[in-house]
Amino acid sequence: MGSLAHVLAPLAQIDDSFFKDRSESDCISDNGTFCASWAVDNIDRYIGPALEHIVLVAVSVVAGFAIALALAVLSHRRRWLMPPLTAATGILYTIPSIAFFFLLLPITGRGNLTAVIALTAYTLQILYRNIIAGLANVPAETKDAGRGMGMSDRQLMWRVEIPLAMPEIIAGLRIATVSTVAIATLAVFAGGDGLGSELVGSNITFKTGVIIAGGMAIIIAITFDLLLVLAQRLLAPWRKVRPV
Amino acid sequence: MTDLPLADIFSSFGDAFDFITSPQPSGFADREVGGPSEVLAKLGAHLKVSGAAFLVAIVLALPLGAWLGHRGRGEGVAIAIGNAGRAIPELVLIAVTVAFIGLSFFNVVMALAIMGIPPILTNAFVGIRQVDRNAVEAGKGMGMTEGEILRKVELPLAVPTIMGGVRTAAINIIATATIATLAGETTLGDFIINRNVFGDSGVLAGAILVALLAITVEGVLAGIQYLLTPRGLSMQRAAASSA
Repeated sequence: MGSLAHVLAPLAQIDDSFFKDRSESDCISDNGTFCASWAVDNIDRYIGPALEHIVLVAVSVVAGFAIALALAVLSHRRRWLMPPLTAATGILYTIPSIAFFFLLLPITGRGNLTAVIALTAYTLQILYRNIIAGLANVPAETKDAGRGMGMSDRQLMWRVEIPLAMPEIIAGLRIATVSTVAIATLAVFAGGDGLGSELVGSNITFKTGVIIAGGMAIIIAITFDLLLVLAQRLLAPWRKVRPV
Repeated sequence: MTDLPLADIFSSFGDAFDFITSPQPSGFADREVGGPSEVLAKLGAHLKVSGAAFLVAIVLALPLGAWLGHRGRGEGVAIAIGNAGRAIPELVLIAVTVAFIGLSFFNVVMALAIMGIPPILTNAFVGIRQVDRNAVEAGKGMGMTEGEILRKVELPLAVPTIMGGVRTAAINIIATATIATLAGETTLGDFIINRNVFGDSGVLAGAILVALLAITVEGVLAGIQYLLTPRGLSMQRAAASSA
């Protein structure tokens, strides 16, 4: 027994120093490309910001969709509204989101409300344009058939035109949602929540943290996109899903 | 919302305007911040880094997208790059530059160019692909070479779509140049991000300047698009939209 321990002792020592060189703390102090053990131990700190990010995006896109749909339905009936609304939503889209956040600060203060308003405004151009395009593509014969069945304007809109415009509407939602996931990382500058908080300050130089937070933002975008593709299959099964 | 402090809001914007027009005392004893010279210096830095990135993006993406569109190849790649571009958060791009690639003017230009390449590439591809095949056949019938068809038929007819991509790219780059301050470039974003130095009026002034810059560039590019669009095409479009 004694001799065996004697033989094993140097081995154990080598093993020990081997692990020390690559220990978790060294990886962090050297700022290694990806410190897996740190990531495993600290993943919880990213869960909260990721959930906040999802809420920020969902609230903004739903609000943007409600506004864009109302504007589109309104200007579908009153054609003269279309050019000014297209211009207005276009200007909102042109203002860089980070500037938008800070232009709102004197009015709404720091926080999530400011972030949601800016993100919502940002979705309007894409959603409005796509809803209008979808409604314009509804074949005239289909609308005539609806009228022939005695539908009112309102019934025609909700039972014929909007369902047939669904592929374009969902294509717009996909673009708006994916863009909003990306832009929502900037909400941190307006005092909002989300994954951006893990990417600013001293965090910006920490490679492992940048990979985790950035990776999570991209995974959230892809997940939202896949859910919307699924939604289109359910809502517009007659049309093949096209890449947008 | 019933008691919007309108007076406060107006005075905030007034302070921001003062910050742009004349130097203001800062929290740091003997240093003044703002004023035309500092604003122009940061505007210059913003234009320099964005302009360089814009040129890189156009030079890399426009010929490639146009050529792929002309040959009708690589549709999957061209569309996928456009989609991937939208999913990349600008803050993550800057963070990756800071954490992995290192700070230099060249690196920041390349990072910003990445924000501009996807819309230009995808729109150039789609714009050229959508050109009426009959127009291309007519060009062939007139004895045009492949290069002539691309330059004299396809590119002019694709101007509205291509310029749409170019405009989106310019806006993306200007927006991302704002946070390039985090990567060491003292653009207009410096006013916004370093609030402890420039104060609330500096932050608001920075936001106003960035917004005005984006709207101005968008307007200039819209003017260029108008000049580049063939007369026949704009008349045809006007007729189609009024019908």
